[in-house]
Amino acid sequence: MPTRKLLLYFSKCETEKPIVYRLVKDYNLMINIFRAKVTPDEEGYLVLDVAGTDEDINNGLEYVKSFGVTVNETLKGVRWDSVKCTSCGNCIPRCPTGALYYPDKHALKVDFDPTQCIECLNCIKNCPFDACRSLF
Amino acid sequence: MKTYEEINEKIAAGKAVVLTADEIIDYVDKNGLETAAKEVDVVTTATFGPMCSSGCFLNFGHSKPKMRITEAWLDDVPAYAGVAAVDVYLGATQLRYNDPANLYHPGEFRFGGGHVMEKLVAGKKIQLFGLSYGTDDYPRREIRTWIDINDLNQAIMVNPRNCYQNYNVAVNCSEKEIYTYLGYLKPGMKNLTYCSATQLSPLLNDPFYMTIGIGTRIWIAGAHGHVYAEGTQHAPSCKRGENDVPMGGSGTLALTGDMKRMQPEFVRGVSLRGYGVSLAVGVGIPIPILNEAILKYTTVRDREILAPVVDYATDYPEATGKVLGYLNYEELKSGEVTFMDKEVKAGSLSSYAGALEIAEILKAEINDGRFLLSSPMAPLVREQSMKPLVIRENK
Repeated sequence: MPTRKLLLYFSKCETEKPIVYRLVKDYNLMINIFRAKVTPDEEGYLVLDVAGTDEDINNGLEYVKSFGVTVNETLKGVRWDSVKCTSCGNCIPRCPTGALYYPDKHALKVDFDPTQCIECLNCIKNCPFDACRSLF
Repeated sequence: MKTYEEINEKIAAGKAVVLTADEIIDYVDKNGLETAAKEVDVVTTATFGPMCSSGCFLNFGHSKPKMRITEAWLDDVPAYAGVAAVDVYLGATQLRYNDPANLYHPGEFRFGGGHVMEKLVAGKKIQLFGLSYGTDDYPRREIRTWIDINDLNQAIMVNPRNCYQNYNVAVNCSEKEIYTYLGYLKPGMKNLTYCSATQLSPLLNDPFYMTIGIGTRIWIAGAHGHVYAEGTQHAPSCKRGENDVPMGGSGTLALTGDMKRMQPEFVRGVSLRGYGVSLAVGVGIPIPILNEAILKYTTVRDREILAPVVDYATDYPEATGKVLGYLNYEELKSGEVTFMDKEVKAGSLSSYAGALEIAEILKAEINDGRFLLSSPMAPLVREQSMKPLVIRENK
């Protein structure tokens, strides 16, 4: 079953609607929320995996967009800045999913695979060089 | 076999054979020591990790009217003004004024002296705030202005201690999490941190300081500086392996270089949660292959270098001197080791990728004839131990 990782951005007004409930109930989607910050009267962010048929996912996303919610499939809540990163490697044992990893075991240059990131934020607390940041 | 002069002539003629400390290992394996010692002229070593003992001397020039600055802050980070009228020393580990430090543990330590140095090298503007009591010849009592590195007459970096020959591997044997200068350590020895450029590290490739000494020209963050003294805590009288490689901290170097010629990617402020601020500086040091013995030392490889494992929850803070055991850098770099019957995840604080990049840059500069070698003016001390600080009663 196709799974897509999404970042939803809510402008001020849409936070009181049970959007995730509707996605499950009306569009047969399996939802796995990694991280959410949705506060009434403020903008909000939601990072989640949605799994379902392509048709259901697309219909679900149309529904979400109808509220003016921005759906982003490339931008993630956790950003890794390759220029700031010195490849010290201190994040590697703290990243539970291997999203921060060494592609080459000899060169030991750190890389970031956003598709593996579950937004636990360990790297942000850990990075001595401020290379990992959160969008929210 | 070869002299510094001969090697420099070859460098100037663009004919020197230069390899990194990483490349030389296979090269000697393939060609043999004798042949390689004839063919190879220089081996480049490097390191790029946090090293607290860093700072810089800055000269601001004189304002109108003049001022004899007695207290100074750069981007709110206090600088030592007891140098001269418009000279200060900024230390890398100095916290910004009003930083809450560890009041709410673990503190974040987002900005300090090291970050100001990074901003300066990156050409960014920083705020200078200074106070004085005023004198007849220096009447101004307060100054606030914004400057960048081009406004300064001099910006000279000094690292009283850098290039630690080898270093501790930190673990936490206690029941609670701890935050150290070697990072966050989980209870029950679930993770460890090491901090070395391993087989690329300058003093691991020259364990008895046969070529690296006082006066040696170095590459420091892009500038050409030099070793100006033995580093603080230089303590070469320590346990060594059969290959003469120290099995603990051991030797250090004091380095200096012109910050105006440095590259920002190799001068980086460091924030260590729960501990404080620091600075990481990239350093490259060439080793002239004068003879086979010198070459032999440069072929040291990760698995032949042992680092002591120390408990940073009790033995390190209590200065017991206890070492739990030794691990080699090949095991450590694999990311997971078995130690004292436990699976331990290994993380690093020193950038091997950064060190490799610097070793390559230095190699390219020597190949292009842009970097000549200098023989030391004086050797580094080979026998010396580190003294503890004794707390005495005042009677």
